[in-house]
Amino acid sequence: MATFFGEVVAAPSRAGVDDEEEAAAAEREETPEDREIRRELEKKREVHILWSSKLSASTGSFTDEQFPCSKFILAIGHNAVAFLTSFVLNSGCWEAVGSVKLWNEWCRTSNTTSVLPTDAFCLFYKLISDPTVLLCQCNCYVAEDQQFQWLEKVFGCMREEDLQVTILSTCPVTDYKTPESTLTLPSPFLKALKTKEFKEIVCCPLLEQPNIVQGLPAAVLSYCQVWQIPAVLYQCYTDVIKLDTVTIEAFKPVLSSKNLKSLVKDMSKSTEILKKLVTTNEIHNNIYT
Amino acid sequence: MFVPCGSSAAPDFEGFTLLLPAVSVGNVGQLAVDLVIFTLGMPKVGYFYTDCLVPMVGNNPYATAEENSTELSINAEVYSLPSKKLVVLQIRSPFVKNKYRSFCQTLLSWVKSSRCAKVILLSSSHAYQRDDQQLHGTPLRYLLSPAIQKTAGDLMQRLNWKEMEKVAAYPGVNDADMVLRIPGGGITTLLFNESCSNGIQMAVLVKFCSEGDNIPDALALVNYLNEWLQLIKSEQNSDVPATPSQWKIPHSWRLLFGSGLPPALY
Repeated sequence: MATFFGEVVAAPSRAGVDDEEEAAAAEREETPEDREIRRELEKKREVHILWSSKLSASTGSFTDEQFPCSKFILAIGHNAVAFLTSFVLNSGCWEAVGSVKLWNEWCRTSNTTSVLPTDAFCLFYKLISDPTVLLCQCNCYVAEDQQFQWLEKVFGCMREEDLQVTILSTCPVTDYKTPESTLTLPSPFLKALKTKEFKEIVCCPLLEQPNIVQGLPAAVLSYCQVWQIPAVLYQCYTDVIKLDTVTIEAFKPVLSSKNLKSLVKDMSKSTEILKKLVTTNEIHNNIYT
Repeated sequence: MFVPCGSSAAPDFEGFTLLLPAVSVGNVGQLAVDLVIFTLGMPKVGYFYTDCLVPMVGNNPYATAEENSTELSINAEVYSLPSKKLVVLQIRSPFVKNKYRSFCQTLLSWVKSSRCAKVILLSSSHAYQRDDQQLHGTPLRYLLSPAIQKTAGDLMQRLNWKEMEKVAAYPGVNDADMVLRIPGGGITTLLFNESCSNGIQMAVLVKFCSEGDNIPDALALVNYLNEWLQLIKSEQNSDVPATPSQWKIPHSWRLLFGSGLPPALY
């Protein structure tokens, strides 16, 4: 298409296909060097799940490296992670049993379980009193080409025993489609999506069309829908990008859900933990430190 | 891979026509497929579970009532209407980088294993890349793989359809070598070429268009398809092609250009 200045520019297509690159690639046969480069890149972007020895100790012996799982709670993004840290993990009944090691252009995670709130990490915790309850704090960006791998490797380790999945995540309120302007919306607010097999009561309104969910939450929910696992996603639409107490507290209705109710022990310390988390995060994100 | 819905046995697609879109300029193929699924009220029969497409989920885009509005939909789903021997694959997201080849292979092996009679691919191409000849007349084109020429070639003549023109491989240098190019067509060329070499009966329907409000393009493409498949008939006279208003627009097409504007803007 031509601009006002008479220059011809290629219009970006919503179809998301980069024609020149793909046409050129399609015409050229892949050389051994190309294959080698592609393999090296794929190896660099591989997702590795490292389970600690505590896992086998808590569940007893298991075959094929699979462990029984009845509840899987996944928090994606720093606000959802902070919510679970303050309201669920604070009970002291959990132990860290694993981590995800991955690299992409946006972040790199390590396999240490002692992390700062501002680090990129993806950690797994087991409930000491019931080792079939697994919780995952995913505070890193899992790229498009890594999401499927992450899914298959995490769910591949589980031996599903009436498995129920709960996913918590946030996204910008500007992504929410509404006939009114997004400026008038009372954000933050919660919306839910559930798979066909999920029969429990949902703690907030369902996400209406034409709204959709993308990224790792979508990948997990798609997996659960296809393989008929009861799962629910609670998505918080917020106008704050950084760690924010108002956004975190918007997840509170989820505490009354069947899967989380039994896991919440002592709410009195939660507000204090939350304040500390947000303050620590602000200090570490200060450009002067 | 194809995963059927529910616990029932995998549906049988032998002899069916498989309709699918290419993720292409203006998303015209995908919009056209939405119209087919929603107008014919096609039930979902399974998922095309793949790591080649960017994940996405949402509630039922073809909801007609409160009861069916809460069914979850994912990025690639299969719908079927046995009465018309039609199976439709809808693709709702773009390809993960470098995965388009893998997707083509998976798709074509599914086509072979499900023994579909023919495949129709709905696609589009950049209007601004048309040559002088293509600027005139119909913006719709077709392509047939050699395997389907015998059965459908005559019909294309009768319908007075225009075949997609080939272009010079090295324009201005050597006009002898002619190749097929569908700029903006996504995996259209690759799928078509693979189908030709594998003896698959594939037809491609292409619309020249630009990015923008592509609903009219989708309606034009679906009416083009209807001239062949006769999926819906005109109410008065079955010889007259269906008018655009007989295609039902799904509710998921609301707010295609974003949310409402802030009143403070004015």
